[in-house]
Amino acid sequence: MKLSELPEYDDLRSGVRQICDQFPGQYWRDLEPDTYPQEFVTELTAAGYLAALIPEEYGGGGASLTEAAIILEEIAASGGNPAACHAQMYVMGTVLRHGSAAQKQEFLPKIAAGELRLQAFGVTEPEAGSETTAIRTKAERVPDGWRINGQKIWTSRAMYSDLMLLLARTTAVEQCAKPSDGLSTFLIDMRQATGITINPIKTMMNHNTTEVFFDDVIVPDDALVGVEGKGFKQILDGMNAERILIASECLGDGRFLLERSVNYAKERVVFGKPIGANQGVQFPLARAYAQLRAADFVRLEAARKYDAHLPCGEEANMAKYLASEASWAAANAAIDTHGGFGFAAEYDIERKFRETRLYQVAPINNNLILAFLGQHALGLPKSY
Amino acid sequence: MKIAVCVKQVPDTWAEKKLRADDSTLDRESADGVMNELDEYAVEEALRIVEAGEGEVTIVTMGPERASETVRKALSMGADAGVHLVDDALHGSDALATSEALAKVLSGRGFDLILFGSESTDARMSVVPAMVAERLGVAQLTFAQKVTVSGGAITIERATDYGYDTVEAATPAVVSVVEKINEPRYPSFKGIMAAKKKPVETISVADAGIDQSVIGASAAWSAVVDFAVRLPKAAGTVVTDEGDGGVKIAEFLSAQKFI
Repeated sequence: MKLSELPEYDDLRSGVRQICDQFPGQYWRDLEPDTYPQEFVTELTAAGYLAALIPEEYGGGGASLTEAAIILEEIAASGGNPAACHAQMYVMGTVLRHGSAAQKQEFLPKIAAGELRLQAFGVTEPEAGSETTAIRTKAERVPDGWRINGQKIWTSRAMYSDLMLLLARTTAVEQCAKPSDGLSTFLIDMRQATGITINPIKTMMNHNTTEVFFDDVIVPDDALVGVEGKGFKQILDGMNAERILIASECLGDGRFLLERSVNYAKERVVFGKPIGANQGVQFPLARAYAQLRAADFVRLEAARKYDAHLPCGEEANMAKYLASEASWAAANAAIDTHGGFGFAAEYDIERKFRETRLYQVAPINNNLILAFLGQHALGLPKSY
Repeated sequence: MKIAVCVKQVPDTWAEKKLRADDSTLDRESADGVMNELDEYAVEEALRIVEAGEGEVTIVTMGPERASETVRKALSMGADAGVHLVDDALHGSDALATSEALAKVLSGRGFDLILFGSESTDARMSVVPAMVAERLGVAQLTFAQKVTVSGGAITIERATDYGYDTVEAATPAVVSVVEKINEPRYPSFKGIMAAKKKPVETISVADAGIDQSVIGASAAWSAVVDFAVRLPKAAGTVVTDEGDGGVKIAEFLSAQKFI
């Protein structure tokens, strides 16, 4: 099942597939409910895919965002779950754009070589989800560094990461001109820091997410990334890349679900004909296909603009919105097409159904995307 | 050391293959094309030899336009350059014609070592490496499960039914490899990106100086007169053992003339 014909990326797709082929549905099913796909991540890292976005001067692949998007799409389309490692691709973006020369030299080559894992991104808190500026985790100046106290939630892969990029308040909100001021980003070496407690959270899909507590965690001066107080803006400009990559994972999920469903609808014979001959089965699949194709066009346009250093906030957000809705349409059509077998773990449909549902909610809620479009693209009053 | 690896694009091993109704040749559109699996081992071995010493690896293929995908795959594994012989006149060539064409492409390029997979998954004849060696007038070391390069000598362990023979020859030589020899690498992300910039020379039958009268379907030493689609599997016979299972199996085997 293909979406847009992009022959220039066929080699990349087949390269990713060659690795994914070693990790079939059985591998992912055996990981359920909460085992981390370490073997898969190790292979991807060794072949350089997770370092694709790190510039070549730091030992990475020097890839375009379009290429990175194709990699994650193909993992999802193979039946695998790229959520296990997607953050390794883009969390380093903040360090790359805002880190000091010393930080980049210290961390990026090791991340590129797979010696250091930067999989964790600590932003969301129990009392601050979409309203990021309301976070309470604070970092205070102490001699030679910072003392961090607070709590993060939905910090995925923290157990499988050496480093964490953390957003913390460094100036009380009352003393700031606007709530988005006074936030700073820190690159925390979790192997060395003391006072960090990580608790896994059980979820309906295998996502290795956690809550993280910081109790008087002391980090050195040079853990600060970029400019003190400008952390919010520093993480925001990585968000477009994240949206485009998540959209790509949804497109891969959609391809997987649709391909399995189409094959099943051709083979499964009921009342003397393949069930795919019935419009009740066929039309939802066709509708999901149209939705996926449309989302793919917007995703490619968003990635093209991103790679050309053009503003792409609107396209990136629309890509994530459209792709997550399209993969969900494909997931529902897949369950209906497969009937009872759609619920059987062996078919991998129910697993993908659970995995792809996440992306209407995270990393940004689709309603917030609509609010963004209403306000910024259409010029309507702010709705929240 | 200058190494050539001859690779072939074959239909995906697991795909249902079809023959063309018009000339009884393989319908290449009916299945995805992939690099012949054993050729991946040959590419891997060439890369290991060069990595352990020095030299360069050139990928040589003969096949339709889309066979260039297979050349690029080998380049993304780490080979340095490619030569792709593509010409409609080659369509329908048998093993003899293939070996003639490959020998013409390979000769004069100064290769010290020419590696092959020991057979292709579509034709499965295992004769082309030996034929190419014969046409080039160089030694043939076939079915290698281990290759050692030392100065101008190539030593292999030649896999046999009873173990292996140690066979040695001076370069230049042709070596075909079996799957026991190594574990082929994945193309890395950097390898895939770098492959796009590596040189691939596309040549025609005329460019290679191949005599048109010895290639193609008309020159083949065998012809497919007719073919039929394989019949769908019939349901088997289930026999319930009621103490006479052994007799019933014997009766079945006898009826089928197995015993």
